[in-house]
Amino acid sequence: MYRSHVLVCGGTGCTSSNSAAIIEALEKEIEAKGLTDEVKVIKTGCFGLCALGPIMVVYPEGSFYSEVKVENIPEIVEEHLLKGRIVKHLLYEETTQTEDIKSINETNFYKKQKRVALRNCGVIDPENIEEYIAMDGYQALAKAVTEMSPEQVIDVVKDSGLRGRGGGGFPTGLKWSFTAKNAADQKYVVCNADEGDPGAFMDRSILEGDPHCVIEAMAICGYATGATEGYVYVRAEYPIAVGRLQKAIDDAREYGLLGKDIFGSGFDFDLHIRLGAGAFVCGEETALMTSIEGNRGEPRPRPPYPAVKGLFAKPTTENNVETFANIPQIILHGAEYFNTMGTEKSKGTKVFALGGKINNTGLVEIPMGTTLREVIEDIGGGIPNGKKFKAVQTGGPSGGCIPASLMDTAIDYDNLTALGCMIGSGGLIVMDEDNCMVDIAKFFLDFTVDESCGKCTPCRIGTKRMMEILEKITDGNGTLEDLDELESLANYIKENSLCGLGQTAPNPVLATLRFFRDEYIAHVVDKKCPAGVCKKLMSISIVADKCKGCTLCSRKCPVGAISGTVKNPHVIDPAKCIKCGVCIDTCKFGAIVKG
Amino acid sequence: MKTLEELLAIKAKAEKQMNVREEEGAGIRVVVGMATCGIAAGARPVLAGFVEEVAKRNLKDVSVNQTGCIGMCQYEPIVEVFEEGKEKVTYIKMSPEKVARVVADHIVNGNPVVEYTVASLNK
Repeated sequence: MYRSHVLVCGGTGCTSSNSAAIIEALEKEIEAKGLTDEVKVIKTGCFGLCALGPIMVVYPEGSFYSEVKVENIPEIVEEHLLKGRIVKHLLYEETTQTEDIKSINETNFYKKQKRVALRNCGVIDPENIEEYIAMDGYQALAKAVTEMSPEQVIDVVKDSGLRGRGGGGFPTGLKWSFTAKNAADQKYVVCNADEGDPGAFMDRSILEGDPHCVIEAMAICGYATGATEGYVYVRAEYPIAVGRLQKAIDDAREYGLLGKDIFGSGFDFDLHIRLGAGAFVCGEETALMTSIEGNRGEPRPRPPYPAVKGLFAKPTTENNVETFANIPQIILHGAEYFNTMGTEKSKGTKVFALGGKINNTGLVEIPMGTTLREVIEDIGGGIPNGKKFKAVQTGGPSGGCIPASLMDTAIDYDNLTALGCMIGSGGLIVMDEDNCMVDIAKFFLDFTVDESCGKCTPCRIGTKRMMEILEKITDGNGTLEDLDELESLANYIKENSLCGLGQTAPNPVLATLRFFRDEYIAHVVDKKCPAGVCKKLMSISIVADKCKGCTLCSRKCPVGAISGTVKNPHVIDPAKCIKCGVCIDTCKFGAIVKG
Repeated sequence: MKTLEELLAIKAKAEKQMNVREEEGAGIRVVVGMATCGIAAGARPVLAGFVEEVAKRNLKDVSVNQTGCIGMCQYEPIVEVFEEGKEKVTYIKMSPEKVARVVADHIVNGNPVVEYTVASLNK
């Protein structure tokens, strides 16, 4: 029996901030102090507070150490693990501001969260099936196959109000019922883990932190829809997730939780992993299935829908990782457990990846209906460096942006759609006053231009033409007619593209045109970029009165664009200047300005 | 595995291993003094004894923690038992052998073992 458990985050965020070396140092130090039989080190999934990683939690006290460094390990082991004295100065700062050390669940970052899909992330060892079982794992599968009929399972999912978490928001129970009613000799369940939106990483974190919940849910889906085989299509760029999922599948087979005659019910189910090679379009359901079949990942027209003719031309149910992660809890606790959370038409919780200009970068799970303000200010800790909040981009390249004036919008599917936005997979990228919204639109459109598979013309050529207009605008050659052209092209592409990629690709442009038209007009009419991002519209000059002639800027300028003699004001040659801004940062007198 | 019972048996076993991670609701807190004085007097096996005993009896509402020097070094190993709404009980000169009785009489049945406590010194 261990008297203490030390949980160290082994998610991708903390792994890249060196948690593997911390685990190694920890184990070495624990051995050196002779505590091997008393203290157990456990590598978990993501805790969510990625900005402050690596994260380490020591039980039974529940002490939450953040930004742990390898050098801190001897002190933590000596003081905390050996002598029982919590090393207060290394704890997450917010937990130490009161006299008693605050429980992590009472901190601003965690207290408004409600973790359903992420319930086991950062709590269990994802590579240990028994820890998942200890957290009620596989009981939902047992309940489904031994006590419920497939129809009952579908009814519970329908009643729960769960909607697809991958972007579309289609009711999950309804989707399952479509596949269930199509008779066939073989049906499939597919899990879409081809998470490609820039800034979204919730699916990865679920697979890394709690792979068994996805396996369990897919088996339940198989039982409900009559499928006996499943595929998880996951990006090859997620090596930790792939490794843990494979181990989880192997363990589940060994325990008889996958395979033949599960729980003696006569139901058979098995799973395979397919790796995606990094094409964004493969996140679209028909392209994903085409890719699993071994073909080039291109979408196909619907109908026929996958429920009729999906993978290998058989009826198929496809859901996103996060959608599946909710299923075991719904089956185990009933539809009401889920549908009492959230808003009228959007039930339950949603995981968001907070990124961009925000203090607490990381992963949060909130009940639907929480306002954007609560997420950004309370949970996210606001904008760094005292900058002003400008907008938040949701739904990645398929979504739009919401300006500061609409911060009190309650997050749910319908509210965001009404704003020309979408929840999408759940990336929330926060932008401050230094971001140019035309540039942001260009960034996302550039992404879709690159990722368009080329099968249909509106998406392949249309997005390219839009991109050219945006470039014209940011180069300072735009006209007001270009804005109208951009809008009409965007609407044409939305209406005529073959798949979801093209149908949503113009959204970032449309949303910025709607809420930040003044910035476009500044680019077009005044030939200025208000945020000072678009280089071609920016000039850098030296204010002669303030310049002391110290020559520092001219020495730092990488292209030799600054000339002048000692103690005399310097001048920038605009023809040579590349607007890198090094001189602005270098000048000690604030004599160099953007304009 | 073919039945729910088998699954629940694994769950029960694994849960016991993970009890230490239960943050809230530890009704009784056993705190062992683990400063240099405590360790020198043999606090480590006492601590291990409590962990074992609590696990063996599957006591969910009990946490075993360490603390620093309590101040009465000559009476180490010292163990304090805290319970919400009750006065703290301080055991002195503990040994692994005494642990089982403290767990059985005090923690399970609510009767402090008076002869092991600091109060017995005055008698």
